[in-house]
Amino acid sequence: MSDHNYVPKSRVAKWFNDRLPLLTLANHLTDYPTPKNLNYWWTFGGILTFCLITQIVTGLTLAMHYIAHADMAFESVEHIMRDVNYGWLIRYIHSNGASMFFLAVYIHIFRSLFYGSYKAPREIIWILGIIIYLLMMAAAFMGYVLPWGQMSFWGATVITNLFSAIPLVGEGIVTWLWGGYSVDNPTLTRFFTLHYLIPFLILGLVVLHIWALHVPGNNNPVGIDIKKPSKDTVPFHPYIVVKDTFALLMFMIIFAFFVFYSPNVLGHADNYIEANPMVTPAHIVPEWYLLPFYAILRSVPDKLLGVIAMLSAILILAALPWLDTSKIRSAVFRPLYRQFFWILVIDVLVLGYVGAMPAEGLYLLVARVATAYYFIHFLVILPVLGFKEKTIPLPMSISEPVLGGTGNLATAKNNKHLD
Amino acid sequence: MKKLIALKFFILISLGISFSANSAEKVDLMTTDWTFKGLFGKFDRASLQRGYQVYTEVCAACHSMKYLSYRNLMEEGGPEFSEAQAKAIAAQFEITDGPNSEGEMFQRPAKLSDKFVMPYPNAKAAQAANGGAYPPDMSVLAKARKGGVDYLYSLLLGYEDPPIGVSLDEGVHYNKFMYGNKIKMPKPLEDDLIEYSDGTPATEEQMAKDVVTFLMWSAEPHLEARHKMGFKAIIYLTILTLLVYLSMRKIWSRVKSEV
Repeated sequence: MSDHNYVPKSRVAKWFNDRLPLLTLANHLTDYPTPKNLNYWWTFGGILTFCLITQIVTGLTLAMHYIAHADMAFESVEHIMRDVNYGWLIRYIHSNGASMFFLAVYIHIFRSLFYGSYKAPREIIWILGIIIYLLMMAAAFMGYVLPWGQMSFWGATVITNLFSAIPLVGEGIVTWLWGGYSVDNPTLTRFFTLHYLIPFLILGLVVLHIWALHVPGNNNPVGIDIKKPSKDTVPFHPYIVVKDTFALLMFMIIFAFFVFYSPNVLGHADNYIEANPMVTPAHIVPEWYLLPFYAILRSVPDKLLGVIAMLSAILILAALPWLDTSKIRSAVFRPLYRQFFWILVIDVLVLGYVGAMPAEGLYLLVARVATAYYFIHFLVILPVLGFKEKTIPLPMSISEPVLGGTGNLATAKNNKHLD
Repeated sequence: MKKLIALKFFILISLGISFSANSAEKVDLMTTDWTFKGLFGKFDRASLQRGYQVYTEVCAACHSMKYLSYRNLMEEGGPEFSEAQAKAIAAQFEITDGPNSEGEMFQRPAKLSDKFVMPYPNAKAAQAANGGAYPPDMSVLAKARKGGVDYLYSLLLGYEDPPIGVSLDEGVHYNKFMYGNKIKMPKPLEDDLIEYSDGTPATEEQMAKDVVTFLMWSAEPHLEARHKMGFKAIIYLTILTLLVYLSMRKIWSRVKSEV
């Protein structure tokens, strides 16, 4: 942004901009040169921003009516559903919004994995993204506790109990987290406070995420560095704005189907039963978006090692820019990586599936194999692949065809799109 | 492309496994022609009114409905009793109010603004009167059980004599849809147990259907408004999407690229 020499036309605007260069910022965002070949997988950044704002706005409204007290939380949610004007709408947008947020973030993350968007010089963008993802999980988990239903209560009990696996101080930490000797009112009030705080932390990190993005500019499906601005780029406005809007509207239609026609399908029936410390539900399961990690946790027989495995499964992603030794970004030019990418996708889906099933028999076996493969992918396959893989020649630019040519169908198809 | 086919194949297989796994461990639920399902689903007013009658004459002996008020009975999208009818219904119940200016609690007939009167003063009393089992509050029951309305409908009609070899304790009944097949609630419905004020024959199935419809409404009182608004919202979004799509085509036609 420092290389900008934008001068507003009117004198008032110039006076203002000299003192606070907001107009320079606006001009930068409007003109921001974007690769012209971005496909629809790139529209999820905008969709995620929409999700965050939607969660904050509906969340604020809910907080005006919600009561964070163990004896009144469930009742206040029913009050919102029954007596607050359009309370049902706001709450269903918020609860389904969490699922849509995670759906979008998973697509966003896997897009990054496929096209190598985490590689130099975009490591900081990637790591900021991982921190955002971690905070999203924390916010979602605490949000699920707030209605104080059976799954809220027992989910909170199971997850907070994980900290007791820490040697020596574990039990003390759990008591400190709970604010007592069991999950109770002090736990609920602090979860509410943190649930309110975290979205604003995420918002701040999103600003940094976008700032860090605007330094090197967007990666693109071909994964090569491009000159900016050039005939390979288009200004952000109107080209990307209109495309992102179109994709966002498609996303909103799916979102609306959930909110209006099956608002509870992604939730769990037990959470409409008021929390009862005396009755444990038959199966305690987290929300769908946490299931793969839940499966990893349960696949390790030792509690402490299970917790370590679960945390490592997320934190390993932060090391990805250095674990992937290939200099080629896009999987389009990496025939072997492309296959391993899809195996990883399937592996994570399998983990999600077995995470929802009881941890016994065949399910447990599958969970163990899938967990092992997850780590092998990042710790063995990716580092080795960078040295062994025979990649496809890269094009000189987005607009120019590949030098040398190739028989690969995907590449040929891709090039046809690009010229 | 091959990968995509493989992926779809995999998803199909996993769905197949999950369905077979689910069906192996439980009996199929019974269902009926619910009017409130689907994109334009609405409650059957007469069924809701009959359902309220079943609730108040049968279920309410043990089950509370603490999140409902008598005014809800006359609100749009519900049983839609007239205001006079709803007031008359409320007036049948006595509630304890107070303290008055002398500091005394007193009894008065319920008003539209009062919550449904509870059958027991507290959960302990409810348990004591029902052999230790707490009759769950029915306000959101239709959403609080896996299988929802079909499960409730099946449960009401699922009472049977226990199979040979299954012995039941005193006060425990056999129900083929209950988790573990043992239930403390005695069979609640019999043909002609009540007399419908609209003259509908009160068969067991009819009463089960009506009361479950009533429970669905009590769990989702704004279901009709939600369906109506959803239809409008999706039409609106579809038109807007189309307009934005056309704008996008026009704008991107200046650039030699896909889209």
